Amino acid sequence: MKTVKSSFKFHGGVHPEYHKDLARDKAIEAIPLPGTLVISMSQHLGAPAKCLVKAGDKVVKGQLIGEKGGFISANVHASACGTVKSVELKQGAAGGYANAVVLETEASDETAYMPPLDWKTATREELLKRVDEAGICGMGGAGFPSSVKLNPPPDKHCEYLILNGAECEPYLTADFRMMLEHADRIRTGVEIMRKVLNGPAVRIAIEANKPEAIAAMETAFKDIEGNVEIVILPVLYPQGSEKHQIYATVKRIVPEGGLPIAVGCVVENVGTVAAIADAVTLGKPLIERVTTVTGDGVNEPKNVLAPCGTRYEDMVAFAGGAKENVRKVLSGGPMMGFNVADLGISTTKTTSGLTLLTEKSVFQYSSHACINCGTCLRACPMNLNPAAISCAVESDDIADAEKRGVMNCIECGACSFSCPAYRDITQNCRRAKAAIRARIAREKAAAAAKAKG
Amino acid sequence: MVAIWIAVGVVAAVGAVAALALGIADKYLSVQEDPRIGLVTAALPGANCGGCGFPGCDGYARALVAGTAANGACAAGGAACAEAVSKILGVAASATERRVAVVHCCGTRSNAIRVGDYNGIADCASAAAVAGGDKGCRFGCLGYGACANVCPKHAISIVDGLAKVDKRLCIGCGKCVNVCPRKVIELVPAKATLHVLCNNPLRGPEVRKVCKVGCMGCHLCEKNSGGKEAGHFTFDGFLAKVNYENFPTDAVIVEKCPAKCIVEDAHFESGH
Repeated sequence: MKTVKSSFKFHGGVHPEYHKDLARDKAIEAIPLPGTLVISMSQHLGAPAKCLVKAGDKVVKGQLIGEKGGFISANVHASACGTVKSVELKQGAAGGYANAVVLETEASDETAYMPPLDWKTATREELLKRVDEAGICGMGGAGFPSSVKLNPPPDKHCEYLILNGAECEPYLTADFRMMLEHADRIRTGVEIMRKVLNGPAVRIAIEANKPEAIAAMETAFKDIEGNVEIVILPVLYPQGSEKHQIYATVKRIVPEGGLPIAVGCVVENVGTVAAIADAVTLGKPLIERVTTVTGDGVNEPKNVLAPCGTRYEDMVAFAGGAKENVRKVLSGGPMMGFNVADLGISTTKTTSGLTLLTEKSVFQYSSHACINCGTCLRACPMNLNPAAISCAVESDDIADAEKRGVMNCIECGACSFSCPAYRDITQNCRRAKAAIRARIAREKAAAAAKAKG
Repeated sequence: MVAIWIAVGVVAAVGAVAALALGIADKYLSVQEDPRIGLVTAALPGANCGGCGFPGCDGYARALVAGTAANGACAAGGAACAEAVSKILGVAASATERRVAVVHCCGTRSNAIRVGDYNGIADCASAAAVAGGDKGCRFGCLGYGACANVCPKHAISIVDGLAKVDKRLCIGCGKCVNVCPRKVIELVPAKATLHVLCNNPLRGPEVRKVCKVGCMGCHLCEKNSGGKEAGHFTFDGFLAKVNYENFPTDAVIVEKCPAKCIVEDAHFESGH
């Protein structure tokens, strides 16, 4: 094992203020079991899970309550013991509505975990099946089901397993604390994943501003065999983006619209790797995660270990409550997080942070006309022309935006962040992407109707 | 002095040659077009709204002359236009009823709560994508004017965070209906005078949490219009809907509506 410095810098990127000092020294604390949990059936990317329980049912911690609803989907398990109060449509952090189980919890040590497996003797298929059953999905934010990632199509071979410990999003420190406090679990997870993926080389990617995490990983992986490297990445947002991390660690470029496996890579967040280790060694499904509750709007910023489905108000209360002059609540960090209007929303498998900002930290602006300065072109990590895309969308020319490659936009927000005219460029890109997706769905439906006769 | 005359002579000669070439081209290369297309286009209102389903008035005129479109699909021109077209083409006009757009929401800024301050791009779909929209009611009009922006006749204005349609200017093209992310706009017969200005099918208490003037599904409107048999209203969950095939006209219904979301003639004058 060795530690190397990445020498590949991607184009663009920005340097926001990181504000990680708020919570970086706070050890992970488990939240006392909240009275009510709202467990969404759509915590991952892809089809929502099919709900298996109804109002009045008793459930046990770890019990399967949502069965995966398609190939790209994930199982959902009860995060605590209790009684199902209702199953209803609830708003998620992104604004969409999905079926959710409202659970009235009761304190109990009873669990319904799966039988533990010894990863050294278990077969690849057994391990893969376990990851699938445990409902594990990418915990970095997108929530791509891990069982799909770990099972590449037969014509593709995974050469590199990349561990994403960059955590480039300002304010958030959940992954950092995971690396510091749970390095052993991460190591077990890596060894399991290496077995499932038929022995790829491992690259552990960490930004240079986390020397403690690098040291912790070095200690944990000291005596590991095989091709394992810790790659120190330059501090740059969006270094944690899958595509940019692949470039920074192994200098490969993911093709347009493709997945990392197209260039022989699998990228997994460090939290997910630890969850995989738990699923195999303890039989514990993905029912809890570390979420950073931070920002200058909370009294005691904390890294909280909370069951999936904890309501934001409980999270904030555990972090000492919100200050009076909170102006903005974000699910996630300030760059890619979602604005939240209601603290009744609950956490999911992908909630890496909760950022509360006061008036002082929220910049009120109004957009001006584009001044053609080109700052966004220099900032865009995907080499797009955000200014032209934004103007095209504003004049309702979605076709032009598509021609300019708006579908490659990763919505990192670097363009809006750097724009001196305060233009809502990222929002325009999102608008164009939504319009294009809607059009594609319409065309698909029309083609299906035509094929039917 | 000579230079000027040379210049005049050269320009005149070039002009003469070009005129000759154009004259020849006009004689030998001209495309015969049905003269009726021009006449029909002139008879259409020229709003190019696309409400007929064709690309503008010219497209509709071509389809009419080719006989592939029914006369009377022009919502903007109405009966007068259909008659003019039938005079030119000799095709009978199919009867059309004038339809206008109605925004089924009366949750103004003072009536319906807003759960956040949205200051992104002024577009309804974009606003709806941020935390599901800043309006507490997820069925109501967001008031960022996507409909007003597409309206070819400027018949829609945003008043107090709510889209309002000027009945006099609306040509019933339906562009606003398609662009609304909340699907809160509907085309209704212009003759109908009573409208339920609510789009929230949830139970009364849930509606009340977000809006003072939302329909609670109390069925009083149905009772006051002669009961279920009269068929003036239909219900979608806890939301009353006017049956526009058989619309009610009784002013008592408006008076008795406890939520005050049934109004007599919801239209207003935009001042355009």
